[in-house]
Amino acid sequence: MSIAITTQIICFTILSLVILIGALGVVLLESIVYSAFLLGGVFMSVAGIYLLLNASFVAAAQVLVYVGAVNVLIIFAIMLVNKKEDLKPINDIKFRRIISTSICLTLLSLLIRVDLTNVWSLSSPQNSIGEESTIRIGEHLFSDYLLPFEVASVLLLMAMIGAIVLARRDVMSKDISTGLPVDQELIEKSSEPLLTNKN
Amino acid sequence: MEYGLDLEYSFNEFLKGFGLSSEIAHIIWLPLPMLLVLVAAVVGVLVTVWLERKISAAAQQRIGPEYAGALGILQPIADGLKLLVKEDIIPAKADGILFTAGPILVLVPVILSWLIVPFGQNLLISNVGIGIFLWIALSSIQPIGLLMSGYASNNKYSLLGGLRAAAQSISYEIPLALSVLAIVLMTNSLSTVDIVNQQSGAGILSWNIWRQPVGFIVFWICALAECERLPFDLPEAEEELVAGYQTEYAGMKFALFYLGSYINLILSALLVSILYLGGWGFPIPVELIAKFLNLPIDAPFIQVFTASIGIVMTVLKAYLLVFIAILLRWTTPRVRIDQLLDLGWKFLLPISLANLLITAGLKLAFPQFFGG
Repeated sequence: MSIAITTQIICFTILSLVILIGALGVVLLESIVYSAFLLGGVFMSVAGIYLLLNASFVAAAQVLVYVGAVNVLIIFAIMLVNKKEDLKPINDIKFRRIISTSICLTLLSLLIRVDLTNVWSLSSPQNSIGEESTIRIGEHLFSDYLLPFEVASVLLLMAMIGAIVLARRDVMSKDISTGLPVDQELIEKSSEPLLTNKN
Repeated sequence: MEYGLDLEYSFNEFLKGFGLSSEIAHIIWLPLPMLLVLVAAVVGVLVTVWLERKISAAAQQRIGPEYAGALGILQPIADGLKLLVKEDIIPAKADGILFTAGPILVLVPVILSWLIVPFGQNLLISNVGIGIFLWIALSSIQPIGLLMSGYASNNKYSLLGGLRAAAQSISYEIPLALSVLAIVLMTNSLSTVDIVNQQSGAGILSWNIWRQPVGFIVFWICALAECERLPFDLPEAEEELVAGYQTEYAGMKFALFYLGSYINLILSALLVSILYLGGWGFPIPVELIAKFLNLPIDAPFIQVFTASIGIVMTVLKAYLLVFIAILLRWTTPRVRIDQLLDLGWKFLLPISLANLLITAGLKLAFPQFFGG
């Protein structure tokens, strides 16, 4: 076994362990902030897997979009809200856990079945294009994948307009969350007085 | 146009002379350029800190550091040693793990980005195909580290500083990437080596600054904002936020932030010189000088000479830009947060979009000047 292949196997093992443990942590940890940061780690490791597959452009795009934009925005939102709120105890928690576990296990068995039945090896190892992939992705985006590409951008535009409408409460006469009429003068004003129980 | 020193090849041949296999030789080679670049980055920081102290002193009609070495040149080393031996404090109510991981997450992407900085045709760690895009992707990781340390400090100033830093780097990343895209459009390649080679045709006349003056200014402003240098140093504005996300940090963890911000400054200056100022190119092409002096361009002596001129030129251009950045820091007032966001979203973003459109049009209209 050559040194290059050994390095690849070591990297793959570490990356997949980080992905598995990190993803479990995202779901199971109580602290939402830890979950958000772990999610960033998972995204990074997925980028590492892309790098191992010789898809450096996809890896960099993964880091830029998922870590640099999506994850930062998630953390941002958590820190801006950051409400200390005790969660209400749920009565039938055991029943819910059993249902969710069974659904997850069914999904897992389906994926295992896919893994075992599908033929993963490529017809020829020369298929990998390496550095050429940037050009090929661009060609595909502007030829046969043009419609999905444009539809995705329209979807993003819609999401952006929605976010702006939600954020700018002055375009609506009623507050969405409380139902109270919005004070048009001071949008930044907190809905509850800041210094109530200080004394 | 493949010429110049290939140190890796010669080193591997040298080791093979001792009967080592090529794989072992490659493994022995691998850490060398990394260590070299790390040392270069740290030495660069020491020089920049000294320059910052001296230039700020000159701007304020003081003398600045004087007693540590000649002209106070050892002062940054003394600063560094002081930070190294200081007690490492984690505040009692801080989150220990995130508090420690934050500075690391800030520093590591910056150092990784040095992977793509070329000092000559073969004088870089790795000529990866995605080149400059790697830097854009890596620099987007930094805000996570800033948010992490801001949150973990359990201090309102830190949290505000972290949030401001993240908002700032998200909004300035877009014009930055768009102005890089205009350069990439002209070069037909993301690789930094190709970008420099494309500017090496006619010395100073073929540098990208003449073809991309708007892009140059937009990139420089955004680079300053990404480095959190003074016109845009809101995340650590002393008068409002004590020291922003660094407030609770001391000792080596603070030094990591400090190193990170200065390495980032030097990296940005290097990238401006690579993208717009011809990288390692001498203002008059070296080939012309060699032809004028009747010297063969392939002779080993000439190659060593051109390689050293390349390194000197890259560093010289970068430090010229660092000088401008330091001068800006000590002579300009800070912008407000609304002015900062207005400048980013309402001015730089449209202007860089228009620049991209015009570059694409010019490329199609005059392919001989703007790259075919």
